[in-house]
Amino acid sequence: MSIVTVQLGQCGNQIGQEVFSALCSDIRGTHGLCSKKENGSYQDCCKERFFCEEESAVPVARAVLVDMEPKVISQTLSMAARSGHWKYSSQSHFCQKQGSGNNWANGYSVHGPRHKEAIMNLVQKEAEKCDRLGGFFTIMSMAGGTGSGLGAFVTQCLRDAFPTSFILNHVVWPYGTGEVIVQNYNSVLTLSHLYHSSDALLVHENDVIHKICAQLMNIKQISFRDVNQVIAHQLGSVFQPTHTAGGGSGYSRNPLGELMESLVPHPEFRMLGLRNIPQMPESSLPYSTFSWPGLIKHLRQMLIANAQMEEGIDWQVRPPSSIPSTNKPLHFNTSIANLVILRGKDVHGVDLGSFQDPSLYTSWLNPQDAFNAWKTPRAFNKYEKSAALVSNSQFLLKPLDSIVGKAWNMFASKAYLHQYAKFGIQEEDFLDCFTTLEQVISSYTNL
Amino acid sequence: MTQSVVVQVGQCGNQVGCRFWDLALREHAAVNKKGIYDEALSSFFRNVDTRSGNNGPDIYKGKICSLKARALLIDMEEGVVNEILQGPLKDVFDSKQLITDVSGSGNNWAVGHKIYGCQYRENIVEKLRKTAEHCDCLQCFFIIHSMGGGTGSGLGTFVLNLLEEEFPEVYRFVTSVYPSGEDDVITSPYNSVLAMKELNEHADCVLPIENESLLEIVNKIHQMINSGKLGSTVKQNSLVTSSAGSAKTLQEKPFDAMNNIVANLLLNLTSSARFEGSLNMDLNEISMNLVPFPRLHYLVSSLTPLYTLADVNVPSRRLDQMFSDAFSRDHQLIQADPKHSLYLACALLVRGNVQVSDLRRNIERLTDCPHAVLIYPFTKSQSASSPFYRNRLKPSLHFVSWNQEGWKTGLCSVPPVGHSHSLLALANNTCVKPTFIELKDRFMKLYKKKAHLHHYLQIDGMEQSCFSEAVSSLSDLIEEYNELDATKCGPRIDPSRLKIAI
Repeated sequence: MSIVTVQLGQCGNQIGQEVFSALCSDIRGTHGLCSKKENGSYQDCCKERFFCEEESAVPVARAVLVDMEPKVISQTLSMAARSGHWKYSSQSHFCQKQGSGNNWANGYSVHGPRHKEAIMNLVQKEAEKCDRLGGFFTIMSMAGGTGSGLGAFVTQCLRDAFPTSFILNHVVWPYGTGEVIVQNYNSVLTLSHLYHSSDALLVHENDVIHKICAQLMNIKQISFRDVNQVIAHQLGSVFQPTHTAGGGSGYSRNPLGELMESLVPHPEFRMLGLRNIPQMPESSLPYSTFSWPGLIKHLRQMLIANAQMEEGIDWQVRPPSSIPSTNKPLHFNTSIANLVILRGKDVHGVDLGSFQDPSLYTSWLNPQDAFNAWKTPRAFNKYEKSAALVSNSQFLLKPLDSIVGKAWNMFASKAYLHQYAKFGIQEEDFLDCFTTLEQVISSYTNL
Repeated sequence: MTQSVVVQVGQCGNQVGCRFWDLALREHAAVNKKGIYDEALSSFFRNVDTRSGNNGPDIYKGKICSLKARALLIDMEEGVVNEILQGPLKDVFDSKQLITDVSGSGNNWAVGHKIYGCQYRENIVEKLRKTAEHCDCLQCFFIIHSMGGGTGSGLGTFVLNLLEEEFPEVYRFVTSVYPSGEDDVITSPYNSVLAMKELNEHADCVLPIENESLLEIVNKIHQMINSGKLGSTVKQNSLVTSSAGSAKTLQEKPFDAMNNIVANLLLNLTSSARFEGSLNMDLNEISMNLVPFPRLHYLVSSLTPLYTLADVNVPSRRLDQMFSDAFSRDHQLIQADPKHSLYLACALLVRGNVQVSDLRRNIERLTDCPHAVLIYPFTKSQSASSPFYRNRLKPSLHFVSWNQEGWKTGLCSVPPVGHSHSLLALANNTCVKPTFIELKDRFMKLYKKKAHLHHYLQIDGMEQSCFSEAVSSLSDLIEEYNELDATKCGPRIDPSRLKIAI
């Protein structure tokens, strides 16, 4: 089953290119550490999922590239082509001349309707190339104008045009200390709109990835390219083929569907966080050994204590005792549902019982339903063993609350509102969005 | 890719404009090695096939044939424009882009605005349309003028008005040179205040410049070179004051050095729109992020570095110094004190080999954010942000309560000529208030005595109300800044959030 990726705006396109690059280099790599048959299956599945084998020798990514100005797309296309191992189709991009000016209203109300037909035509063409369409994966940032505004509009169009397909939005959250001054407005508008049309939001925060680059990857002068490569690695660790419970003996044929089924039991709770372990510079890999119990232990504590990476975890945080008390322990991250994905040597014997502990979860689902695991013996991206956690929990509660708080603060002073009003987004529209998000915050807080 | 058109009005406007075109050509020549007409060039230049004379068709791709500036040169005297047309830039302009007259405006805003405005209106509109037609996607007009005289100030603001009427969707960025207190034009306060009203109402963004600041920068560079304090020699072509070609001594054409600074400002402002980078910052983003309320669109600019030393190794300390410099008074283009006033918003446009981590580190440093300690632990390479070092840093910048993280950042990979990296800081800060208050005071000193008023009132279309409306517009603007300043000292009370019924 195939997934069509829609890359929106500068961030979406830059990350998208790194994702396809990572996927391609992983399947071409010789560090699979599994049987040839397994490896062959893995490669075929990945290729079907993300690439199209056209007459050209090089696999073509199943992607649509959208931006309102041309520089990034042309760079993205040429970087892909230069790799020599994969490329984008020359017909799958749409761009304009003048960007969205970091204005969500411009992206949503002006560029959206104006270019809807052209963009949806491209998506339709890509969808038709798939034997079986597994759904859509959109990549965007929520701080700017195109990814955020046009991205929200396109998501809605996807929902309207493909009512039964799964839509997963990958959303990048900007640095808290500011990349774009109106980022909080754009974020509030984006998140509230996506909540209505998307199936789930998979979030990466620039601050968190930056920390990983600084502390785990030991990169001295961190560039956006470095950040994007870590994000691509984390996404690859979720989307590369795995054997799931519902998949029978082969690789899963419905990754997006199974993701949604495992993680989104209730429409009010759609925010997914992502953690990956281990992360280290490639040069250190040959000198490191990992044990599954160690990795699982760390991953579980990262979940419970809401740690952003495997260093600096607060081991004091414990789940609430089995005797129900009115005081939930502070800093404890309550989950609705979790998905752990294991890749590499000896996966089949790994004990994941600690993730099934009912005290980690809210009481609505049976712990057996709240937790799922996907596995493959095929190692990913040169890591002999790696584990990813996709979690529907309170991971994103604090950052979300912070963004909404700052946006509200600015809204109360009415700053910048004239810039949005110019393109048709009025104060009432903002209020609706704030209400939606306060509802989400309240829901997650009261887990 | 979008295009921009430069409209240079008056003596000052044309002199600065001339320096801009010179440096723009130099910058593109340094980047564009293959001589192919590319999108970056097209933002400011047309490529014309001049084999069939100057009226040849535009060539959109392929080799560079003849570059023509997307510009309109307007002056009511011929001296400056003629000098440009006889100088090395003569082939960059075409006679259809000029509008000149002979007698000048006599340092009288009303002559520039009302008389010449009326007289040349159709001519100007026609030429603007022509220039716009040559553009695929026109994004912005840059107006360069001075405020104190007659043509730049009067006719310049008339053109501003016209641009809003004829091209309402296109941004209007105005670079205005404000007169100093000791300006030798007696009526400069009148001209400036009358022009301010137009800027308040019709400009999207204004970049005020003061000659005093430019002179201070020029003198500082001169001193540094001559004092021999610098161990190595300064790279000549890296001076923010230097012109293309051979180095001229600063004595020969003092205004040239000052004008080069302004030209560099414009080049840096548009660099991220023209060249690629990991975090682009287009002109419409500048306007979106830096203008929280429509009339508060005056941006204080500062440029660093002013020069580069010949040794090429740039340790990150030097990089951090660049950020600190951008917030020091020595590098600002107006005489104001943003550090002790209130920031409404601030943009940092970085060029060259600078990455996002350098940017984040310096923003943490400048805002003295308490999180800095957690994110960057004690490591050798990051000692600049260790807790020990933090105590020695200067006090943090004050941002308005609703925009505490009010930073807009851009990273452009292409550095300016002669530098490995550079930074342009644009701040929307209440420190412009004293400049405006002084201007108003100088205006009132003359107005109370009705000095020279008759020169203005005798012009058709000028009435006393023009003056009272202009000063009232300025007062309103000052009052808006006052209201914001008042929030600086009070306790910070965040508005309460919406409550959701469970």
